Amino acid sequence: MSLYTLLGALEIGLIFSLVALGVYISFRLLRFPDLTVDGSFPLGGAVAATMIAAGHDPFTATIAATLAGAIAGLITGWLNVSLKIMDLLASILMMIALYSINLRIMGKPNVPLITEPTVFNLLQPEALADYVFRPLLLVFVVLAVKLALDGFFATQSGLAIRATGSNARMARAQGVNTGMAILAGMALSNALVGLAGALFAQTQGGADISMGVGTIVIGLAAVIVGESLLPSRKLYLATIAVIVGAIVYRFFIALALNSDFIGLQAQDLNLVTAVLVTVALVVPRLRAHWSGKRVS
Amino acid sequence: MSFPLSRKVLFGALALAFATAMPAYAQQKSVAITAIVEHPALDSVRDGVKEALAAAGYEDGKNLKWQYQSAQGNTGTAAQIARKFVGDKADVIVAIATPSAQAVAAATKDIPLVFSAVTDPVVAKLVPSMQPSGTNVTGVSDALELGKQVELIKRVVPAAKRVGIVYNPGEANSVVVVEQLRELLPKHGLSLVEAAAPRSVDVGSAARSLIGKADVFYTSTDNNVVSAYEALVKVGMDAKIPLVAADTDSVARGAVAAYGMDYKALGVQTGEIVVRILKGEKPGAIASETSNKLSLQVNPAAAQKQGITLAEDLVKSAAKVVQ
Repeated sequence: MSLYTLLGALEIGLIFSLVALGVYISFRLLRFPDLTVDGSFPLGGAVAATMIAAGHDPFTATIAATLAGAIAGLITGWLNVSLKIMDLLASILMMIALYSINLRIMGKPNVPLITEPTVFNLLQPEALADYVFRPLLLVFVVLAVKLALDGFFATQSGLAIRATGSNARMARAQGVNTGMAILAGMALSNALVGLAGALFAQTQGGADISMGVGTIVIGLAAVIVGESLLPSRKLYLATIAVIVGAIVYRFFIALALNSDFIGLQAQDLNLVTAVLVTVALVVPRLRAHWSGKRVS
Repeated sequence: MSFPLSRKVLFGALALAFATAMPAYAQQKSVAITAIVEHPALDSVRDGVKEALAAAGYEDGKNLKWQYQSAQGNTGTAAQIARKFVGDKADVIVAIATPSAQAVAAATKDIPLVFSAVTDPVVAKLVPSMQPSGTNVTGVSDALELGKQVELIKRVVPAAKRVGIVYNPGEANSVVVVEQLRELLPKHGLSLVEAAAPRSVDVGSAARSLIGKADVFYTSTDNNVVSAYEALVKVGMDAKIPLVAADTDSVARGAVAAYGMDYKALGVQTGEIVVRILKGEKPGAIASETSNKLSLQVNPAAAQKQGITLAEDLVKSAAKVVQ
């Protein structure tokens, strides 16, 4: 496997670690099964690509994409909190609606960004090759997001979101406005996903309406792989674990792509990925079994 | 916490990743081909490329290292495949369909990229025009000359005034066709009625919504429509609305006629460009092409069931009559 392949997997893994952090907030902290991400990921890509193609500054476009993601999350939260629609269904409705909205935003199913400026090529120093610089910049972005999240979830509002997820009734009894907590958590979660979509479109040559397919599955897999590799109850470790999970997942795909030496073929890719993820999930459990302890 | 062993797992995975690095043979040419998804037409393109390479004396395992990867519908995976091929330093990368081609175009500006089955490579920003690009990109578009398609519709159903089309608004290739038809049909005294099918299960109901609004169905090479073609055929038979297709494979499945793309031939044409590059030509000096092999196929039995009789000269001029 070449350095280029590894750095590519790292780069895409870092982008999807933002998705994974978003999924961690909704599924783990809020306990809100949120499928909106399948729509907010391409939404971020659509907004960023359309704005850049229309001549806007890539940084403004990326921020706008992040805000668009937040709005999508807010609407899902609002459907659930104010209209009392079941959480899973509310997110499915939003996911479906976003398909049409994304087509409206782009005006066509595919907006290419091959020759346009992006946040990556604007910041890229002469001395570094693009395939080295992109993951490097993403490491900084993801670390900044991680630290900001760690900080936020230690504040009163952040703790209110976590309390709402672990025991809504108790949280209400303590004076937490759980409706507001759900709205804020969903907005934050989908803002991260929108940001990921914007960065993905800028590294992969454009936004495509189909780019959201399976985002939630990848996000969840990353969260679970991360938790299984580095189990912890502490939030600052859990966010690290989620990021590691997203990157490891991408390395597994890279590995599966290089598995032709044992007679596997292109169509086996998803199966190989699934098997590798299963191994990652089972090994820590086996270890706990051997040592006669419970998985912490 | 279980850091120690988990770390082993992690490093184990990384070590395995490095261990899979294959030794490169300098005397071999390597061609890496990627498609966004497995699909009969796209698979035919792939086989066509391989055939053209074999015809030029490049044989897999001997003097050719052939790699094929499908993203299985996932754009994230498509991006990773593009990175892998660039990292493998393939001599030529062939990308089938728009998203795969864009992923490769974003990943390399040096390695020759030959796209195939991209309907509008200029709109997709793969090449600035169909002329030699001067970059690392060239290829073959599967755009159909729609004038010929309209001609066929008029020959199949001379009395038709309204042309119905079912398509996926999320597929770039289909949207291009619909937009062009919207402009072209009125020039021939025809009008276009559209119905959207965002998923293949929507094809039947979308077609039913056009009953009474359309005199003839035209089907482009839309992936959703092609995969659920039988649903459309059923509506055509029930409501006596004949189907005219853009790909010849659909004729055997119940379309009345098609003047369409032979995707295998498209692949061969793509492969011939690959061979030119392997022999030393610069991709930037090769103009992008459209398919030059179209063939007419008709299905008189399906016509009967859909309430029309095909004109005799049309049946006679067909390259293949499906019984």
